Amino acid sequence: MSKKIIDLENVVIKFAGDSGDGIQLTGTQLTNTTAQLGEEVATFPDYPAEIRAPQGTVGGVSGFQLHFGRNIHTPGDKCDVLIAFNPAAIMANINSIKWGGTIIADIDAFTEANMEKAGFEEHTLADVKQNFDLIEAPISSMTKESLKDTDLDAKTILKSKNMFALGLVYKLFGFPLKYSEQFFDEKFKNKPKLAEANKKVLQGGASYASAIQAIPSFRICGDKKLKGKYRNISGNVATAWGLLAAAEKANLPFFLGSYPITPATDILQEIANRKDVGAKVFQAEDEIGGIVTAIGASYAGNLAATSTSGPGLALKSEALGLAVMTELPLVVVDVQRGGPSTGLPTKTEQADLFQALSGRNGESPVPVIAASTPNNCMKYAFMASKLALEHMTPVILLTDSFLANGTEPMHIPEMKNFPEIKTKLVAKDKEKYLPYERDENLVRAWAIPGMKGFEHRLGGLEKMDITGAVSYVPSNHERMTYLRDQKVKNIANFIPEQKVEGDEDADILVIGWGSTYGHLRTTLSELNKEGKKVAHAHFNYINPLPRNTEDVLKKYKKILVCELNSGQFVNYLRMKFPEFKYLQYNKMMGLPFAVNELKEKIIKVMEA
Amino acid sequence: MAENKYTVQDFKSAAQVRWCPGCGDFSVLASVQKAMSELNYNKEDYAVISGIGCSSRFPYYMNTYGFHGIHGRAGVLASGVKVANPKLSVWQITGDGDALAIGGNHFIHEIRRNIDLNVILFNNEIYGLTKGQYSPTSKFGQVTNSSPFGTIEKPFNAGCLTLGARGNFFARTIDVYVKETVEIFKEADKHKGTSIIEVLQNCVIFNNGAHKQITDREERDNNQLWLEHGKPMIFGKEKNKGLVLDGLKLKVVTIGENGISEKDILVHDMYEEDLTLHSMLVNLNLPDFPVVFGIIRAVKADTYNDLLYKQIEDVQAKSPIKGMDDVFNSGSTWEV
Repeated sequence: MSKKIIDLENVVIKFAGDSGDGIQLTGTQLTNTTAQLGEEVATFPDYPAEIRAPQGTVGGVSGFQLHFGRNIHTPGDKCDVLIAFNPAAIMANINSIKWGGTIIADIDAFTEANMEKAGFEEHTLADVKQNFDLIEAPISSMTKESLKDTDLDAKTILKSKNMFALGLVYKLFGFPLKYSEQFFDEKFKNKPKLAEANKKVLQGGASYASAIQAIPSFRICGDKKLKGKYRNISGNVATAWGLLAAAEKANLPFFLGSYPITPATDILQEIANRKDVGAKVFQAEDEIGGIVTAIGASYAGNLAATSTSGPGLALKSEALGLAVMTELPLVVVDVQRGGPSTGLPTKTEQADLFQALSGRNGESPVPVIAASTPNNCMKYAFMASKLALEHMTPVILLTDSFLANGTEPMHIPEMKNFPEIKTKLVAKDKEKYLPYERDENLVRAWAIPGMKGFEHRLGGLEKMDITGAVSYVPSNHERMTYLRDQKVKNIANFIPEQKVEGDEDADILVIGWGSTYGHLRTTLSELNKEGKKVAHAHFNYINPLPRNTEDVLKKYKKILVCELNSGQFVNYLRMKFPEFKYLQYNKMMGLPFAVNELKEKIIKVMEA
Repeated sequence: MAENKYTVQDFKSAAQVRWCPGCGDFSVLASVQKAMSELNYNKEDYAVISGIGCSSRFPYYMNTYGFHGIHGRAGVLASGVKVANPKLSVWQITGDGDALAIGGNHFIHEIRRNIDLNVILFNNEIYGLTKGQYSPTSKFGQVTNSSPFGTIEKPFNAGCLTLGARGNFFARTIDVYVKETVEIFKEADKHKGTSIIEVLQNCVIFNNGAHKQITDREERDNNQLWLEHGKPMIFGKEKNKGLVLDGLKLKVVTIGENGISEKDILVHDMYEEDLTLHSMLVNLNLPDFPVVFGIIRAVKADTYNDLLYKQIEDVQAKSPIKGMDDVFNSGSTWEV
């Protein structure tokens, strides 16, 4: 009998185990090797909110999913391969494995106690064997075997079982071990014994996979498309870099005021690590301190930002109104998570849209834009900064847990290719400065402390048009309300028109916004390939909407708006363009869409 | 930068001052304007930052850069300004409600960080702008519009709170004592770090006479002890009373009685790092003790803003990364 060879265009693989099993590290290693081989790859970590959830239970399972091969736009729906470190890992993922898919399980962890903890009953293992290709690999004991001649303690030895699994997986796809070996050499530069041990276990896993006939081989078919210089990037790091790139382009110092909150903390940490480019990070005592220090820094002439998630945005809302009133540039990044309240801190949702659009007292218009891939978090963080600085306004950038923690290869950008940013700083030789005097786009000029002769006072009280004196004049408040609103509306003249992908002349238009881009794009291209005519408009600019939005909508007989909430964007469109009829598809499970469920829904709508 | 190139007039804005006639805030405004005219900055390098409350209207009346913030957030607003541009002389204007109630969290943390700010804390022991509710410094049992049967909350002592957050500079003064207040403001500005200056301020409308016992013309010499660095802690109409340590407590003694002479009286050392004696001094209260005024504590320490900029400089000196193109290309990259 020879090995089974499985040919695929792309593969979805998931590592799952206890949150202390090193799942995230193993996933990251496979990602790096895959990417360095020039494959397209997208990843999504999935972990419990608890740091060390109860071991062996379904609730404590940590996962890392990876999708690689050709035409990759998402981390994939169901797995072709699941690497399970215990019974709970199978139970937690039983509905996300393709029928007939491969499960490689550490059979050493399938003790009676663990089976019971995971809720396995007698027939469960038999059912698993019947529906999936279950490979019972003694991963723990083989790991011990590989390291029996070393003087490492038993705990350290067992901890490296994830590297045995990694070696095994490399062999499945015929991948070289060298990238991970280089990683060990680098990571354990001062502990060569540990580097050698890890390499040995990795090699052990690979040898095991080639020796065991039952373990299949996978081949990825089709031509590679990526060309150029690449790196891996997560949405949060891309967001951090987009902000810093904007500061460099605008030639301004950068200031971040922030408070740790899942899933936005990586932005704070990445920028704290970027003192090399002069970034100032102020870890405040609370969310309010985060935004208010940023407003202070903006008043003093820095490009200022604050990063948070939904609960933090709620705390910042009064201060955001202050930035609206004082018309100061500010970027507020909201990495959305499941809500309300503490909600689902580590799960994804697009449910802060209404909060971003109008979660403030008074009439308080704020531009809102949304990133749609881990990669383009950089572009939209840059654009949020550019709009803030050029239009003297706070801007909210929405990303979410799915984008923030997801990674994909990024073609390395060059600063010279980013657009120019023209700040509204007053010319030093200007004769007179009036804080609320506006240009043709209704944007006021920015004078900062230290500029001679332009001393002025800002504040949260309503101000007189042009002069900026405190004013309670009734007609002035109405005028200022109009001006603040129109200033934000005018931004529509500075953002690109809405594009439509897929079959532009279809009858049905599928609309999405933000992080659902990859799933919708994959769904639509599969439908198009099957000869079904569907168009796709994906919105990044939410407030204001692109100028041509109405023209796009009126071309289609049916409009289906898909989003990970109960219908916020669709209701926003209903308010803006009530003349059209909208259908909606919503999911509120703390999970991204799956291509199959989208396909099913779209076909149903087409046939209705 | 030449000395005294400005007059008080240069710091007055065109806005009409809209405090109640007789409000203590007028005197503090005059003291700040005088202190600024005598300090060594260009006018455009001052930033006056406030929260919400009667006193927080202050920036509008100053012809400097100014920012009237939101309730409780003066400390973080001022912190952001100073960290963004440490060359500025930043003055935070705040009240007992703004700093010690809604902004209490920011107050203790700005002190803990030791950002170089001059914080003027207007303490009138009442909420004025919302018309007469008790504040965190209102006296226990005080009848106000929100405590018609008397408060059942013990008040904060601003000095105690400052020292509890390991503050390095604390001074106390009285609104109408312009000469002393100007000197304290100037010293606070020279001190590098968070300087807290508590001003006992009278609200003529809602809490008139809150500090009367202390400021009363007849009794003030007996009820106030003005500290001077290096001088004995002497007070009283006859300048014959002083403070001594009696075991672990302070005690009032009379010079010339029971064999006490001036050399027995404690000498004020505002630079002493140990918090013990300074804490005892800020806590002294009538009727057994005088209330202590002047600069009680002025300890030198590194400021947040200096340390931050130094850290950036140190990292930049060692790092091969000079800009975002270097960042994009850092770490693991590959060519396909």
